[in-house]
Amino acid sequence: MKSLGSIRRDFAPWNDPNAKPYIQFDNVTKKFGDFTAVNNLSLTIFEREFFALLGASGCGKSTLLRMLAGFEEPTAGRILLDGQDLRGIPPYRRPVNMMFQSYALFPHMTVENNIAFGLKQDGMPKPEIASRVAEMLKLVKLEQFAKRKPHQLSGGQRQRVALARSVAKRPKVLLLDEPLGALDKKLREETQFELMDLQQNLGLTFVVVTHDQEEAMTMADRIAIIDKGEVMQVATPAEVYEAPGSRFVAGFVGNVNMFEGKIARGEAGSASIDAGNGITIRTDNAGTAGAGTAVTFAIRPEKIKVSSKKPAEAVNAIEGEVYDIAYLGDMTVYHVRLDDGQVVRASTMNAARITEDPLSWNDRAWVSFRPDAGVVLTR
Amino acid sequence: MSSAAVTTASASPASDAGKSILARLGAAFVGRLVIIIPYVWLLFFFLIPFVIVFKISLSQTAIAIPPYTPALDFSGGISGFLAQLKQLSLDNYTWLTQDALYFNAYVTSVIIAAVSTVLTLLVGYPIAYGMARAPATIRPTLLMLVILPFWTSFLIRVYAWIGILKPEGLLNQLLLATGVIHQPLIILNTYTAIFIGIVYSYLPFMVLPLYSALEKMDYSLIEAAKDLGCPPTSAFWKITFPLSLPGVIAGCLLVFIPAVGEFVIPDLLGGSQTLMIGKTLWNEFFANRDWPVSSAVAVILLLLLIVPIMLFQRAQARAQEMDR
Repeated sequence: MKSLGSIRRDFAPWNDPNAKPYIQFDNVTKKFGDFTAVNNLSLTIFEREFFALLGASGCGKSTLLRMLAGFEEPTAGRILLDGQDLRGIPPYRRPVNMMFQSYALFPHMTVENNIAFGLKQDGMPKPEIASRVAEMLKLVKLEQFAKRKPHQLSGGQRQRVALARSVAKRPKVLLLDEPLGALDKKLREETQFELMDLQQNLGLTFVVVTHDQEEAMTMADRIAIIDKGEVMQVATPAEVYEAPGSRFVAGFVGNVNMFEGKIARGEAGSASIDAGNGITIRTDNAGTAGAGTAVTFAIRPEKIKVSSKKPAEAVNAIEGEVYDIAYLGDMTVYHVRLDDGQVVRASTMNAARITEDPLSWNDRAWVSFRPDAGVVLTR
Repeated sequence: MSSAAVTTASASPASDAGKSILARLGAAFVGRLVIIIPYVWLLFFFLIPFVIVFKISLSQTAIAIPPYTPALDFSGGISGFLAQLKQLSLDNYTWLTQDALYFNAYVTSVIIAAVSTVLTLLVGYPIAYGMARAPATIRPTLLMLVILPFWTSFLIRVYAWIGILKPEGLLNQLLLATGVIHQPLIILNTYTAIFIGIVYSYLPFMVLPLYSALEKMDYSLIEAAKDLGCPPTSAFWKITFPLSLPGVIAGCLLVFIPAVGEFVIPDLLGGSQTLMIGKTLWNEFFANRDWPVSSAVAVILLLLLIVPIMLFQRAQARAQEMDR
């Protein structure tokens, strides 16, 4: 498959076999009593990478972060940072800093003193502290709020103070626990790009925990999808979306249509899938799955075209009935019920103001897609 | 009044404007009433008694019922009343300054109360901290254990300490039996016994405000401090302690203020030679039947306590501001 790589063109250390890993989780297990939060997990993160741990709440992603910060010790396995085993090193001696989900700003200190807190701990000389704090305040555009207390700030401003405080010490790694979780949608989108710029400018390694896939897709170089304490897939956002490794990943990230079936005939990556009820799907992305293998064919809604007549050139075209239409402004989402009862979701960009082929509820319609539009999943 | 508004409204549904005005007046009246009640309470149970005590402190002792003169009455008309007022004087206050006994009693009381308060804080802080950090499921039980001693009479609990602290008491028996000491310790009838009594009796007043301050503190603040390079001990002094300060101030004043005027504990545990203002007051009132002088002692005590009470209120106002 072509160009499913990094968004940053020259940055892909994970493809370089000689690249030295910066953070390494080696068969890490963490148990809380009977509950296994992290199960024999291995993961490699590279220097200057913006790495996202994505998963539903309770999947163990926060535990991973807390183990890296030193608030929890692994039950088994080890964590290496720049070649050094972190076991037994207390949080206050680790060269990592964390931005807390609750921000955890010290309510009795001014913005200035919050940012200076870590620097004072290091015994940095006063003039240097002052200039570093000023630099940080400028970075997060809060110069005029230096003397305020946290309760006198808005949610977005508090988030910036927390960020400034956590990068002030120039940590080797910055850990961000749901950094944008408490912000409203608009502010969240703006802040995503600011975080990316900040990471680029400071040249730090970021590990961010989030349950918001859009956030992870926007910001991260690579995403690890975590479920029940295990890594499901580690890949670039484009790979995760376009070439999910399993049904779980395909279903977890974005919307997807899935057809269960069997490979009827296959050669050199191309295959016909018998999806039952007379539906045959032809695909170019069958990989190594041989004839007779039970597979799932997964296809994203935006790769499906909906039309009132059967498109002449289409390799894959299935007939059904329009069951639901959602007009979202920039795009329209169609739910088409196929004749076997399965509902297919298809989305169309509203590139023109007036649709040439208007469809309405209960119209007969054809869903069609190209042979390279979907992926075949065996797991 | 509010019920009147309702009847008027239902009787003449046509006059909508009149109804709303009356209803609003009613609501305003109810609102006022809620505010007035505590002031009325203060007037009857604080201000009026204080004025009476203050008036007695300006009177002269007399062998009469009541045992002072003048006993203000209106039998002599306005002029008679004014003549009585002229008999009031500050003689009793002058008397207090002339006898070193009173000054010493005040000073000793303040010192004993201050030392006891510090001791109570030292004992109470770890207890409150432990409670606040305990698993949420057992916190109600721990709170109950702190409050439980209140279910027994205060007097009986202080009496019990006599049995523990006396030379042949439980503590000495235990220490002698285990061989820690060979001579019984003399604790009863010393200042040590007073400190023990005050710390024991007032501990819940210290623990509860401290607990409430510590319990609502976000533990991630400590984690943030550690994350930024702060070892645990230092994190306590830089984060936990400053944030619990409103609780510390509230607890200290709740112990200090009643401890200054404490009478029962010094009387039962401190023996006859201890000089505290509460005991002096008791002696003037019951032994000497000198109501005017004891009233003067009480008025001075109140003035002495107004400063810490005002500090307490300011601390509370500040704590409320921080909560917002």
